[in-house]
Amino acid sequence: MALDASQIQQIEHDVLVVGAGGAGLRAAIECSAQKLSTGVISKSLLGKAHTVMAEGGMAAAMGNVDARDNWKIHFRDTMRGGKFLNVWRMAELHAKQAPERVRELEEWGAVFDRTKDGLISQRNFGGHRYPRLAHVGDRTGLELIRSLQDHGIHQGIDFHMECTALQLLKDGERIAGVLAYWRDTGRFVVFRCKAVILATGGGGKAWKITSNSWEYTGDGLAMAYEAGAELMDMEFTQFHPTGMVWPPSVRGTLVTEGVRGDGGILKNSKGERFMFNYIPEKFAAETASTIEEAQKWLDGDKNARRPPELLTRDEVARSITAEIKAGRGSPHGGVFLDIASRRPAEFIKRKLPSMYHQFIELAEVDITAEPMEVGPTLHYFMGGVRVDADSQMSTVPGLFAAGECGAGLHGANRLGGNSLSDLIVFGKLAGTGAADYIRGLTATPTADDDQIVAGVRHATEILKRDSGANPYVLHDKLQDTMQANVGIVRVKDELEKALADLEALKHEAETMKAPGTSQYNPGWHEALSMRSLLVTSEIVTRAALMREESRGAHTRNDFPGEHEEWLQYNVIVKKGAGGMEVEKRKRPDPPPRLKEIAHAKIEDLESGKVGADVE
Amino acid sequence: MSKRQFKVWRGDAKGGEFKAFSVEVDPGMVVLDVLHRIQATEANDLALRWNCKAGKCGSCSMEINGRPKLSCMTRMNSFGPDETIQVQPLKTFPVIKDLVTDVSWNYEQNKRIPKFKPRPKEADGTHRMYQEDVDRVQEFRKCIECYLCQDTCHVIRDRERTDAFVGPRFMIRLASLEMHPLDADDRIPEIRKEFGSGMCNITRCCTEVCPEHINITDNGIIPLKERVVDRYFDPIAILGRKLFGIRRRTKSRSEEAK
Repeated sequence: MALDASQIQQIEHDVLVVGAGGAGLRAAIECSAQKLSTGVISKSLLGKAHTVMAEGGMAAAMGNVDARDNWKIHFRDTMRGGKFLNVWRMAELHAKQAPERVRELEEWGAVFDRTKDGLISQRNFGGHRYPRLAHVGDRTGLELIRSLQDHGIHQGIDFHMECTALQLLKDGERIAGVLAYWRDTGRFVVFRCKAVILATGGGGKAWKITSNSWEYTGDGLAMAYEAGAELMDMEFTQFHPTGMVWPPSVRGTLVTEGVRGDGGILKNSKGERFMFNYIPEKFAAETASTIEEAQKWLDGDKNARRPPELLTRDEVARSITAEIKAGRGSPHGGVFLDIASRRPAEFIKRKLPSMYHQFIELAEVDITAEPMEVGPTLHYFMGGVRVDADSQMSTVPGLFAAGECGAGLHGANRLGGNSLSDLIVFGKLAGTGAADYIRGLTATPTADDDQIVAGVRHATEILKRDSGANPYVLHDKLQDTMQANVGIVRVKDELEKALADLEALKHEAETMKAPGTSQYNPGWHEALSMRSLLVTSEIVTRAALMREESRGAHTRNDFPGEHEEWLQYNVIVKKGAGGMEVEKRKRPDPPPRLKEIAHAKIEDLESGKVGADVE
Repeated sequence: MSKRQFKVWRGDAKGGEFKAFSVEVDPGMVVLDVLHRIQATEANDLALRWNCKAGKCGSCSMEINGRPKLSCMTRMNSFGPDETIQVQPLKTFPVIKDLVTDVSWNYEQNKRIPKFKPRPKEADGTHRMYQEDVDRVQEFRKCIECYLCQDTCHVIRDRERTDAFVGPRFMIRLASLEMHPLDADDRIPEIRKEFGSGMCNITRCCTEVCPEHINITDNGIIPLKERVVDRYFDPIAILGRKLFGIRRRTKSRSEEAK
């Protein structure tokens, strides 16, 4: 039967933002401020995106709690945390602009916890030299998303809720729109626009144990790939060290790093504070070497060094994995995270109310009286769409990416707290980038009907065929292979096994069948997301296979340690004529002054011996 | 593992009925886990909303054995071993399909509320406010917009969501603005005349169902009612304002515009 594209609903905007988490909302607010007609589509209802789950805070060198902090130290921490693979310019922009973005949230109604002087309070977190995370108890993400939402709804932005993007539409090389469908009716809609900002997050749902919700299926990454954009650093997937491990149904649910920031310690089954055994040489100078010194730091001694529980996430996750492997794990296969013996119950309930609530309700554990059991959980993609640092534009003209689905800021490992600040800094920059791009257009790009018709056909065949594979079963299989073969510690044979499994799954996926109609049909939605997950998983696995070293969140058992030579390269993935192309691409030389700051001794940076004249 | 009996409402705006399911339940499971198992095995197209699975996003609201609840925070061991668990969509909002309802009315109410209007910043470019002054506002800002309070509110149910009363969720949103140390807007006439603070008859059903344990009625709605009374009905305050020539708005902005 002929399918007539003119029968499909059409909505026009200057710019369409895909995703309504922190990055999407901040980008939309900026687009609207730039006088663009702005639409936002989101798979969930407004205010439900994964940003809401962020707990600990957003990093910004405001110096409210420790006046010694400034952007250069934040920049240095971010580069060191990312094992120097970060895009230098992005780390610079982020460290410089985060404080202003945080203050702006306050201007829009956010109510952060306060210092004694009435300023925005800041807390300690892994890898950050000073207390730097603006926060609201342990529900900072909720505060961020609600502030942006309540401000955004008055800015003339059109919010299209429960609408899922399927495909980017192009006019030649340029972006011309998005094909999407309404989840409630299953009807299709074509958004015709001059620019698209992807703010779709990562693809954590490819793993069995993950902190991510159903939404994180790599839609933006897969759409960008199909549209010809380059993806970068996709081998770096962050395993957050502390997810819940019991009961099984909540395995992977996040336990905020704020627990450790506020004094929590990690212990093995022998009661040993094992992190002291895993301090890497490069952090030794800035990490406490004894329990006594760590205690002094907690008591507020400004000369004491930070406890090893606050090493970067990659280090802590690997250490926990090693303890469990050595047979010193907790009863349910994790380690113990103890704040009960460190802080009074009132303090814990005040600073970590959601954690208290979450453990008492879901695990029947009172964290003010007993330790939690925790283990690593797939949390975050450092990699994503390769973008220009200042405009956030991808290699496809008119296609932008911000937040987790963009690459560059975090390099090989993200510091906790640098994600929420990433969203608001680069969300805004993507908005100005899109506005500049649109102003420079001489003609409005238009998508032809063929792409639209093909996209609709591809989506509806899942409903139309008589029988076929159950998408839920395929998703389970995908999670099994990614968990087993593309985990925290990787090795060539297993990565190749994953690729073979993915190949088989791709074939099975061609026959997926969703029973029922197109009306609010989760089976169909699951099948459509499986396509994005498969593309995303393959990109991660191929990139992981190419990087033959261990750096940050990417650990290769067959190539231990960082290899100096690999610091010169990013792994780039893009769609070629013959399929997926994986390339080892030389990085540009770092700007000399930034390099000096990132590699400076902390004393020299703080005394002004290095970097004093850099604005 | 044990088999548990479920009755799940299935249907759409045109009607529907409860369908029985017998499901294997593992230790530690919550109602949402069981629904997911039904979805993956027996009913791929069972419609429901969820996101965080940790009581932080407020997506998976439904009525479980007649009580408005978050299904992700309702543990299976909170029921008797032989109890049949009945799950249905929120009653106050129109059904879209199965357990999914059309909650767009709530988003419309939020949009009616004028946005935060901060006082000017201090000379050093900061806003100063103290923890003790923001504690009560932070309580309201814990709201995860699950709309269980809206679902259970008699006023909203009886009046079939006319816009006369915005409901408990938005009363505390108004309270979070009205009590915000930096907010410079005068919101009292609208709270009375547009958003219907007088219509709440303080049965506290909303407070009881709040999964965030926000004291909606006592800390939010009642103080707003008191502020309205002070403005409109307190003779001493009115006299005081007259004597000192203080002007306070009593008409709402839409009344003034007429």
